[in-house]
Amino acid sequence: MRVAKKTDNRPLIELRNVSKRFGALQVLDGVDLSLRRGETTVVIGESGTGKSVLLKHIIGLLRPDSGEIWFDGQRIDTLNEQSLVPIRRRMGFLFQMAALFDSMTVGENVGFPLTEHSGLKPAQIDEIVAEKMKMVGLTGLQDRTPGQISGGQKKRVALARAIALDPEVVFYDEPTTGLDPVRADVINEMILKLKRELQVTGIVVTHDMVSAFKVGDRIVMLNKGRIIADAVPDWFRTCDDPRVRRFVDGRADKEDLRALEVG
Amino acid sequence: MLRRTIDILGDFFVFTGQTFYWMTRGVTHRKNWRLLTPQLYEVGYKSLPVIMITGAFVGMVIAVQAVEQFRAIGMEERMGSIVNLSVVRELGPVLAGIMLAGRIGGALTAELGTMNVTEQIDALRSMGVNPIRYLVAPRVLACFFLTPALTLFADFTGAMGGWFVSVILEGIAPGPYWDYTQQAVTTFDLYSGIIKSFFFGAALGLISCYSGFYCKPGAEGVGRACTAAFVTSFIVILALDFMLAQVLQDIQTAFFGFQSLL
Repeated sequence: MRVAKKTDNRPLIELRNVSKRFGALQVLDGVDLSLRRGETTVVIGESGTGKSVLLKHIIGLLRPDSGEIWFDGQRIDTLNEQSLVPIRRRMGFLFQMAALFDSMTVGENVGFPLTEHSGLKPAQIDEIVAEKMKMVGLTGLQDRTPGQISGGQKKRVALARAIALDPEVVFYDEPTTGLDPVRADVINEMILKLKRELQVTGIVVTHDMVSAFKVGDRIVMLNKGRIIADAVPDWFRTCDDPRVRRFVDGRADKEDLRALEVG
Repeated sequence: MLRRTIDILGDFFVFTGQTFYWMTRGVTHRKNWRLLTPQLYEVGYKSLPVIMITGAFVGMVIAVQAVEQFRAIGMEERMGSIVNLSVVRELGPVLAGIMLAGRIGGALTAELGTMNVTEQIDALRSMGVNPIRYLVAPRVLACFFLTPALTLFADFTGAMGGWFVSVILEGIAPGPYWDYTQQAVTTFDLYSGIIKSFFFGAALGLISCYSGFYCKPGAEGVGRACTAAFVTSFIVILALDFMLAQVLQDIQTAFFGFQSLL
């Protein structure tokens, strides 16, 4: 079913000169980016630089004002919701706040994409749900409701739901934000495991540099809606561009400090 | 300001169009039926008590207001005509609609609004599920069909309330009371109340779902959306009532001629 040919060098996802504006705010400003199969690309940048917006463009939740988005040789930014369905079935999206349906149990959440799309019998769905829950290390929690589990568990359930249909691409929107360092590392390991075992192409939006260095094959840095750096993780450790340095080392810039003193 | 209003109206009509498309598609696809059942329970069964109480008080209040006036001209036996006609034709449908706009509309806006701000609606779309089909169509469908059904209950308890005050408390003879009611209240009056309530149900369902679907982020956004949804539904129900009353009155006069109540 899934065709993740490792020899295929064509980009799986391509953004061509994508711009997006919300009111007076230019969130994306001519972004060009192509993502190869089987690679995990990490998108970093300060809050509000358009990282999540970038992800939502690729899955069609937002439409660009100008520019093109291509997925596996097909232009997708012009498709309507109905035509996007087959594309979206090949993608999984882990939302920042997990976005589990609180009217359903954990098991129903994970099985939801299968119930909607697969046409499998309930017993078969339960089987796949159990398998996915095992993959994220949460066997046996199917009957709980999202309100009864912790934040870290919610993210893992959401991940199980995102991979229920065995997607080729998984989008991770700040997967480690709000988790303690140990639980954050569990998520990192899971991202690596999905790449290793299922050859999933991953796009991780984060501002957690530990996570970025651990899971990324490649790191892209966004600043004010533009890509200012695009390289392998090691480059970021040694690069001397002040904007990159400040972010990677987590230091406030001089102007922020001056504002504090004046205040 | 004007541009914003036109923008919102445009969005609302697109939303309405999509909802009606999925409502008609939904009925013919069995997999959508299971989405409808919980909504029918929520909108219909759970609203029954408040709707019946609303109806009963409406009937009782009209009777209390009317009885002195009718007695003063010695025509208290004709009470039934005015009380039951008001209930069936006007106050039953309108107050049931407004009650539902508060009870159901508020809940729908809050539910969809919360789903919106916690990215659950985006999650549905990301999984290739159309949120209008999945969330909105069954809710609006439930409002559309159950508002008239609930209005019938409000009409019934309204008539009972009017009878209670007139016959039991004020001692008006029951025989003439019901005879005059039968003369005054025609089948067309009952239908016109029910026809109105179909419109009220569709309006309150669409307005409430739309407000939740496009609410601003945060708890404040959801709260504001609920208030806006209720106020808008209330006014739209009253405006629709005015327009439909006019149209239905013309139809009745055209087909059945003018009928005097007194």
